[in-house]
Amino acid sequence: METWQILEYVAWGVSALLGLYMVIDWMKVDSSYSEDVLTSSREGELEAMTEEQHR
Amino acid sequence: MADIDITSQTMDGMGPHGTKVGLLRVLGPAHVWALGVGIVLVGEYMGWNFAVGKGGAYAALIACWFAGILYTCVAMIDSEVTSTVAAAGGQYTQAKHIVGPLMAFNVGLYLVFAYTMLEAANAITAGYLISVVAGMTGYAGELDQRPFIILVIMFLAWLNYRGVLATLTFNLVITAIAFLAILVLFLSTSGILGGGIMQHTALFEGHEMPYGWIGVLAAMHFGLWYYLGIEGTTQAAEEVRSPARALPFGTLAGIMTLLIAATLTWYVCSGVLPWEFLGDGVNGSVAPLFDTARLSGSNGLIWLLGFGTLFATLASANGCINDASRAWFAMGRDKYLPGWFGAVHPRYRTPYRSIIFLVPIALIFALGAPLDQVITFSILSGLLEYTFMPLNIIMFRRKWPLNSIKRGYEHPFHPLPAVTLLALCALTFFAVFLGYGTQLVAMIGFYIVVSLWFHFWRYRFVNRGAQFTMPWPKPQGY
Repeated sequence: METWQILEYVAWGVSALLGLYMVIDWMKVDSSYSEDVLTSSREGELEAMTEEQHR
Repeated sequence: MADIDITSQTMDGMGPHGTKVGLLRVLGPAHVWALGVGIVLVGEYMGWNFAVGKGGAYAALIACWFAGILYTCVAMIDSEVTSTVAAAGGQYTQAKHIVGPLMAFNVGLYLVFAYTMLEAANAITAGYLISVVAGMTGYAGELDQRPFIILVIMFLAWLNYRGVLATLTFNLVITAIAFLAILVLFLSTSGILGGGIMQHTALFEGHEMPYGWIGVLAAMHFGLWYYLGIEGTTQAAEEVRSPARALPFGTLAGIMTLLIAATLTWYVCSGVLPWEFLGDGVNGSVAPLFDTARLSGSNGLIWLLGFGTLFATLASANGCINDASRAWFAMGRDKYLPGWFGAVHPRYRTPYRSIIFLVPIALIFALGAPLDQVITFSILSGLLEYTFMPLNIIMFRRKWPLNSIKRGYEHPFHPLPAVTLLALCALTFFAVFLGYGTQLVAMIGFYIVVSLWFHFWRYRFVNRGAQFTMPWPKPQGY
């Protein structure tokens, strides 16, 4: 088997591993934290904090 | 809340509105530069040369400079608005605050489509480049490009998933190498260092403007390719340590870098490659800078520009994943899309669901759609976005005049940049219509349909008042 054919298989394998890593981590995070925490981000926090400090 | 330290690593992005997990503020101006230039620089390595095919080498140069003016206006306007509306989503968030929800929804979609299509196009290109390397190393068989295309998307998505600092530091390194490669090629082939190989006079003679001024107009379509994506710097707004400083600095340094890179690219390539070959990006010169290096006869330059081409492609795909996911995330956070997409990873502090969701979409386009159609859809979405910008800045200045709100940067000569940008966008729409009229009409039809869907259905779910959490004064006239 030529080097490039091996590299093709390596690319398939590494892609699958990376995809699996993301999916497993996603499932773990979603089951470990509440939806309220995960989606609590709001824009303008830095600006609001600066305003509070200067008040 | 008076004892909050806004530079704190543990409190970054978490504050008075009740944010428990927010995006991490860790980026500096160099990362902003790397994001903007990284997305664009692949356009110098390939793609811009279609402008030569449309109207000859001089037409490509005129298009390069006119598009340069267009994008300088974009960079100036973006720097002012984003240093004030410093939130993920970039132009989507600007539109939400300044124009209204329907414009915001459309701009958000322009952003996601432009970046996801560009990501797919870059992955296709990376697969092609790897097959070229296989051929150059003596591989006789037909290389299956699909695993490499998928690997590019999966690896960069994984990098984005794990954290923004590593993602954009990676972009900084590979973008800097790709830019330096262009400088080295220019110095080595123009006669400044060693013997020059430029043949402008001989190559241009009799071919100055092969299709006249209509060719120049047609070249404007691909003239965008020199700079398309610099506006992506705005997506880093919620992750920079100092938005007021880093965003204008990074964006304006980025457009200056690109003006230099674009002009040097045109100079070296048009001085070595005949315009008929240079202008045919399919059967002629696919990667003109690399082809110029090959004609220089220097192995060092061939390797340098080969890596430059691959790095520019990866940097662009990487920046596109970053930007598309931020736009998607911001729309989810405001419930323009399901709120589920507005989640932030508690450890990596990235919009992880948006990153994962866009992976299969990029894969479908990268594996199933033709490259030219993917690129055209990306350009058209970008062009619609640029048309929105002048209207946006005019409304921004009217609703919040200069002294009513603190800006990180105030762009000069207002409204001249806005009017210039609008005029150049109109010119470019005509140029695109000449070459891709059907796609243009189809795409506008698509955005009309999704606008109707948003107006009659989706808008009822939007966080109406709660989406505006910036501590701004009321706009004038309201």
